Amino acid sequence: MVINVILNGKKIQKDVEPDQLLLDFVRECGCCSVKRGCETANCGLCTVWMDGRPVLSCSVLAVRADGHEITTLEGLQKEAKEFGAFLSNEGGDQCGFCNPGFIMNVLAMEKELSDPTEEEIREYLSGNLCRCTGFVSQSRSIQKYLQYKKTEEGGKDA
Amino acid sequence: MLRIKNYVKAKSLEEAYELNQKKSARILGGMVWMKMGNRNINTAIDLSGLGLDEITETDEEIVIGCMVSLRRLEMNDSLNQMTQGAVRESLRHIVGVQFRNCATVGGSIYGRFGFSDVLTMFLSLDSYVELYHAGRIPLKEFVNRKKDRDILVNVIVKKENMCCAYESFRNSSTDFPVLAVSICLSEQGVRTAVGARPGRAVLLGDEKGLLTHYPEMTPDEKEKAAEQYGAFVRETVIFGGNMRASKEYREYLSAVLVKRALKTAGGTANGH
Repeated sequence: MVINVILNGKKIQKDVEPDQLLLDFVRECGCCSVKRGCETANCGLCTVWMDGRPVLSCSVLAVRADGHEITTLEGLQKEAKEFGAFLSNEGGDQCGFCNPGFIMNVLAMEKELSDPTEEEIREYLSGNLCRCTGFVSQSRSIQKYLQYKKTEEGGKDA
Repeated sequence: MLRIKNYVKAKSLEEAYELNQKKSARILGGMVWMKMGNRNINTAIDLSGLGLDEITETDEEIVIGCMVSLRRLEMNDSLNQMTQGAVRESLRHIVGVQFRNCATVGGSIYGRFGFSDVLTMFLSLDSYVELYHAGRIPLKEFVNRKKDRDILVNVIVKKENMCCAYESFRNSSTDFPVLAVSICLSEQGVRTAVGARPGRAVLLGDEKGLLTHYPEMTPDEKEKAAEQYGAFVRETVIFGGNMRASKEYREYLSAVLVKRALKTAGGTANGH
């Protein structure tokens, strides 16, 4: 069946199978930042935004994206680059495989929570698994990034 | 692997109900559990176009559409105020935010899964399900009802003054619970739901009157009453073993979680 999706701001019309997953759909559309990980809805590698909310593309049918706006890391290059710098400075990206899903969820958290505590950050990101880092360096990078954004916004207001 | 031959976005509940009468048809919830198995579905019926993703309120009740995501439920102020955050506590350990943005209330309740935190939480509240064909029935009745081809449209929670607490224990963060306990003390009495036994959640009252006048008791009396009620739950509920924990471990744990929950819900914690 034919679906109409706004993928990273661009209107796309495509014929999909009833059981095609959103994960496969976005990858077919060239968004290869979206990774196939556990396929049990646990690891967060396949995180994309649906109408601005983070969802697991391995668990959403492509047909259900009809009429919705889908955002992947390809559509958030500026933001990803900005946070990515903090992540690499803190040694938070080692093999890098979990990075796209992780960054998508960090950016979603930034929109949803204002001034989150460390506990709130850990809770929000509990659905993103990383086999390399133990999350300490990632946690540090998020706190430094959020602090930087806060200072930046404060500077704009002044 | 999940295979779907036809996908229908239902235009009405009547259409969805008619389509769902065939054995090879399935109503789609959030799909996070459904996609895990090997299934061949002839017609997948999607209710997402029927406006059932809203939480509405009247003076007497809170009505939760079957397509409301667990994340929206977790963030709902009315439910959290009424239960002193117990609803949020019951949901926040379920995998991650992205998962809870996908999983739906309808899917969680209709499935009556043994591991379900959602079912355990709602069972301890004065809750009802509204089925398209069978109408409104209490959740405690629905839990043991034989699965049929009806559609769960709404979950309804009666508003009441209550002291409520939710406790769960997991072997590792974000995993299924080893055991879950939800306790609600209201004017109607005591409702204790025990889930992940590992069977589906069960509901108990205070048949022995161990918690009569519980809020007015002294701290020492509360401690004693909580211990006695914990022992009552341990003896009354049927527990089992699985890969997460043995029957004996769950039995022991049940008394601990019940005591903890009672301390929070009108007990010695939270300034009560």
